[in-house]
Amino acid sequence: MSTVYFDNNATTKVAPEVFEAMEPYFCHLYGNPSSMHTFGGRVGVKVRDARESVADLLGCDPSEVIFTSCGTESDSAAILGTLVAIPNKRKVITTRVEHPAVLAACRDLENRGYQVVELGVDKLGRLDLDELESELDDDTALVTIMWANNETGVIFPIEQIAEMVTSRGIVFHTDAVQIVGKMPLNLSQSRINLLSLSGHKLHAPKGVGVLYVKKGTRITPLLLGGHQEGGRRAGTENVPGIVGLGKACELAGLNMKDENTRVKALRDKLEAAILARCPDSRVNGDTAHRLPNTTNISFEYIEGEAILLMLDRFGICASSGSACTSGSLEPSHVLRAMGVPFTAAHGSIRFSLSRYNTEEEVDLTIDKMPSIITRLRELSPFVQHAQA
Amino acid sequence: MWDYTDKVRDHFFNPRNVGEIEDPDGVGEVGSLACGDALKLTFKLGQDGRIVDAKFKTFGCASAIASSSVLTELIKGKTLDEAMNVTNKDIAEYLGGLPEQKMHCSVMGREALEAAIENYRGGATDKHELEGHIVCTCFGVTDKEIERVISENDLTTVEQVTNYCKAGGGCGGCHGEIEKIIQRVQGEKVKERRAPAPRKGKKLTNIQKMQLVQQTINEQVRPALRAHGGNIELVDVVDNKVIVAFRGMCAQCHLAEFTMKDVVETKLREFVAEDLFVEEDRDSVDEHHVHRG
Repeated sequence: MSTVYFDNNATTKVAPEVFEAMEPYFCHLYGNPSSMHTFGGRVGVKVRDARESVADLLGCDPSEVIFTSCGTESDSAAILGTLVAIPNKRKVITTRVEHPAVLAACRDLENRGYQVVELGVDKLGRLDLDELESELDDDTALVTIMWANNETGVIFPIEQIAEMVTSRGIVFHTDAVQIVGKMPLNLSQSRINLLSLSGHKLHAPKGVGVLYVKKGTRITPLLLGGHQEGGRRAGTENVPGIVGLGKACELAGLNMKDENTRVKALRDKLEAAILARCPDSRVNGDTAHRLPNTTNISFEYIEGEAILLMLDRFGICASSGSACTSGSLEPSHVLRAMGVPFTAAHGSIRFSLSRYNTEEEVDLTIDKMPSIITRLRELSPFVQHAQA
Repeated sequence: MWDYTDKVRDHFFNPRNVGEIEDPDGVGEVGSLACGDALKLTFKLGQDGRIVDAKFKTFGCASAIASSSVLTELIKGKTLDEAMNVTNKDIAEYLGGLPEQKMHCSVMGREALEAAIENYRGGATDKHELEGHIVCTCFGVTDKEIERVISENDLTTVEQVTNYCKAGGGCGGCHGEIEKIIQRVQGEKVKERRAPAPRKGKKLTNIQKMQLVQQTINEQVRPALRAHGGNIELVDVVDNKVIVAFRGMCAQCHLAEFTMKDVVETKLREFVAEDLFVEEDRDSVDEHHVHRG
């Protein structure tokens, strides 16, 4: 049985071209880019090339790219690094639907005496920009808002938000982990100060990320002990990971059109067919402003983990916002913030595609899904109640 | 991915006795959609007073469905008195074990069984009556139920209690009360496990005092406020005056000044220093109200 991988917002396959580009940097070109010898220097050149590739995809200057170990590190470095650099302000604004990498960091700030405002969203997962504007004041050090939501794919108007926030002299950070490689960016034309991305979400390996820091934005480094990354992030570079990320960014640029045409069409086909064939199902989130690869569908009266295990028997990989899959007892904080009823939140399934998915895989899933839903509803004590 | 045994997978993919018995002798319904799992059990008694048939319908994850399936298998052929002796442990053991965080699924099975037998014996009531008073408001779990899972499964931590009956798994506002129930049931066994409270020093430096105030607010006050949609912010410490601001629900509550201020003050006196007093930062409260419109 082959694997049908529809969980690309969790992590992605390393592109074969990326793997090939990385391979020499383990056993052959293993020099330290900081070394004085030619052997290390050759590696340093490759790190520089990778930085340029990342900068090309982001539309920024290579000097604005800091390599990190993951998206979470980038988020922490942006949030904590900004607050340490601005010691006299004590308010931070974020949203209730952020990834835990941001949300947990912000909630921890409360314990250190910061005031943290978590903006809510409407039932489609959209922000109220007037509410954001009313919260901006002289005490606000930082606003951190994700570009695209990992669970629903909903895209926030980040350029507009960045304009609003930075025109008040407030630093703006965005967790762009889900959008980089899926939508074209041009940070040189943007007011965004800080942006996080993660390699393994765009077909680079796990263990490498980037924090973009716009020229003139002050942040205090988290990691000390070396001059790497211009003194902004100490630690010997993850050279194979960085080289891989550089290649992945090149490929993302080349495949951007495919993501927004073919992959989007596959997602749309999958979504439309499931909604048509499975009664009492609905899409979560603002479909007008959404990543091209993501769909989040709720199935009433049944529970997400059970659906996932049934899909797993056919080799189909997806994810769920149900309580049972999150390791907690409450369903997805994103769906709850959107006011999705518990009935639908427990039965939510996310399919997230990539350029490696095929029409056959979509057809297989469309074929299997209705019988899985029917079967679990036969077990559910709520179905009869609902029909009565 | 949960580490399910082959038995769990078997009973999930091939559940036994799915459905509802028409004209049953006993019906037990527990759980709800909001809680994430629910089970409806029906059984029929034979001439000899033994359960001849039992069926279930379950909303929930794989382990909830498997636990329900096993429950029906376990009770068939038993008298009601025998069936009453089936515990959540029996269900979990039959399945070759459940992940710790899924133990509540086996407890739900046992509860449904009790509800169904009560329904048969008591007649009319078809909803499982909750005994005791509600401790966990998020999942509607009573002190009696918590006591029972603690003693039947020899639990010693709040985390375990959450795994077995969900209590404390939502907002976390009841952790203190669950801790007390554990101590009441388990006595000596858990005494030394208590998390140490911040210690009152003899003479605190200003820096120590401020840190201890912050720590006390973080650990003793904020979790309970967050649980009710509110929050607290430490604005400043000036000599013995601790200035705080209440946010969210607490800020809009007119009683905040009289209730929350006193609670905070009591905690700070207990954990930091006897001579502290609390003042509410009026400016930030008014400001907050304007923002919320």
